[in-house]
Amino acid sequence: MLIGTVVLAGLALGLCAVLVLTDRLLPAGKDPVTDRIESLLPRIQCAQCGYAGCRPYARAIAAGEADINRCPPGGEETVRQLAELLGREAVALDTTLGSANMNRVARIDEHNCIGCNRCVPVCPVDAIVGVQQTIHAVIAAHCTGCELCLAHCPVDCIDLVARDA
Amino acid sequence: MLEYTPDRRPTGGLRLPAHKEASVAQPIARGFVPRTLILALQQHQGPATTPVVSPGDRVLKGQVVARARALRSAAVHASTSGHVRTIEDRLVPSVHAVHRTRCIVIDTDGKDEPLPPGKGARWPQDPERQLKRIRDGGIVGLGGGVFPTAEKLGAHTPCKALIINGVECEPYISCDDVLMREEAEGIIDGALIMRDILSAPECIVAIERDKPQAIEAILEAGRASGDASLKLADIPTIYPTGGERQLVEMLTGEEVPSTHYPSEIGYICQNVGTAFALHRLVRAGQPLLSRIVTVAGDGVARPQNVDTPIGTPIGELIEFCGGYRGEVDRLILGGSMMGYALPNDEMPITKGGNCIIVAARSEVRQDFSERYCIRCGNCGTACPARLLPQELLRAARSDDHEMLDEFGLTDCIECGCCDVICPSQIPLTEVFRNAKFAHARYQRQHVFSAETQQRYRRHQERQRADARRGKDLQDNLRHEVETDEAARQRAIEAAIKRARQRRSHDADQD
Repeated sequence: MLIGTVVLAGLALGLCAVLVLTDRLLPAGKDPVTDRIESLLPRIQCAQCGYAGCRPYARAIAAGEADINRCPPGGEETVRQLAELLGREAVALDTTLGSANMNRVARIDEHNCIGCNRCVPVCPVDAIVGVQQTIHAVIAAHCTGCELCLAHCPVDCIDLVARDA
Repeated sequence: MLEYTPDRRPTGGLRLPAHKEASVAQPIARGFVPRTLILALQQHQGPATTPVVSPGDRVLKGQVVARARALRSAAVHASTSGHVRTIEDRLVPSVHAVHRTRCIVIDTDGKDEPLPPGKGARWPQDPERQLKRIRDGGIVGLGGGVFPTAEKLGAHTPCKALIINGVECEPYISCDDVLMREEAEGIIDGALIMRDILSAPECIVAIERDKPQAIEAILEAGRASGDASLKLADIPTIYPTGGERQLVEMLTGEEVPSTHYPSEIGYICQNVGTAFALHRLVRAGQPLLSRIVTVAGDGVARPQNVDTPIGTPIGELIEFCGGYRGEVDRLILGGSMMGYALPNDEMPITKGGNCIIVAARSEVRQDFSERYCIRCGNCGTACPARLLPQELLRAARSDDHEMLDEFGLTDCIECGCCDVICPSQIPLTEVFRNAKFAHARYQRQHVFSAETQQRYRRHQERQRADARRGKDLQDNLRHEVETDEAARQRAIEAAIKRARQRRSHDADQD
């Protein structure tokens, strides 16, 4: 009786230690649900959902903290795909959040750009090039149309234009 | 010239009623000069040409009206004499659909006055200059693909065999058949010129078995040329054996990988019409001005093959063939399997336009009621590309892009065999054609998103690193300055020195 108890308790403790150790030592951050949610998002990092990028939003959805209708660039299509993945009801897109969409790119009006370099660091995908005192330009092929640079331009010289114009 | 029958059976495919009897009964009608020419600047696969004439200019037959600027391009010539009316955007048929493109519109004067033969008409010896001459001669693949011939003949992979495609397996089309009957010597000559440019060890002319007269004519011309590298392969009459990939596999047993062109595994396919056009360019100095077009169907008075100037409006061509007859259902450009319906007859014949079907009501299927897929598997048996159309259909209708990839949507050649054989009348090819567009868009989007994510990660990492470095630097400096009087002095001196340097530097600049 005593031997049995000791053996079983020992086993339980040992396995417990193994579990705790593997949890601590093996690489964390493998979060398949978040990964799959993120892969459905457009990943243009516009932050219009209210989170600081697509991954934080994906994490919030996975944790059940955020609704699935907060991605303006993804549109109804993304809501539908997320609903399918998560087995939830599709809800209408929250249109109050913003208007970012991937059919547009930013363009800097070179006549008005003063080379202040404020838009460059805020671009989440490094699509704006230029150093201080020179005119900046947008790499259209890299621009996601996230609108983040618009608010940082002191002379309001950034516009959104149709992607292929 | 050796005649042989390949011992392989084609994969999939169908035996279809040919519908060619009416048009091959007549010889090629020649000497047709239209009232208007509409010459599209882009009639080939590749960048558009640049016009070198302006409205009001008089142009002569054979004159270059638009020059090829890029490597993968081919010049456009006035196919008869006249005056340039305007240069404007028009709807023009291309390989898969009608698209809007810039066109030179010419009012012809009926004189058909040719350009006086210029100097330098001799065929050059240097391969580079030969290719340039072909490009400037406006020659493109006349089988329908309109791939610039110079580009194809300039392939870098050593050529194992040149295949001259006279299979012409699609119903209604007979332009290659009549051309082989009437111009066999020219075709063989053109084929030998191509073979020399490619330095190919052999040259196989492939013809379907249901064209005995064409086979006879080509054999005779081949024997007369006395060239030992020429071979003639007679191919079973099964649609779509004339497809480039299908033909290469049938003749050589080598399957063309879906990511490659046949030229990349050493086989160059050229249409018989292209060979003949090259013959005319080399021997007579004449660029590509006309092509044989089959006018077929029960809705036209005289079905026949016409030597048609490039740019002829389709309406005028039909008028030349006696006009419309009876109740016409639609105009189809191309054959009955891979062709598509045109919205009107004002569009021109381009270099790739091989056939116009003026379809009477009785010729067109009227019942389009689709039923459920019964999973009979007939489509899979008929598919020449070894695909599983029923699975693809399921994937396409549920927008399952991973499954579309897995089942090889992009390998579909849109031959239409599955449509014809489907007992439930499901428009499979149409679904696939649309799915290809959607799939390409999806993939572009997917790639873009993945790249964006990467860029964002790098951006974040860099910002974090910058912040860290900046903070360290400041901390160190503050620490030193606050604790050590000597360091404080040094820092001040260094700042003064920097300022002085800058000032003197600015003074030098002024």
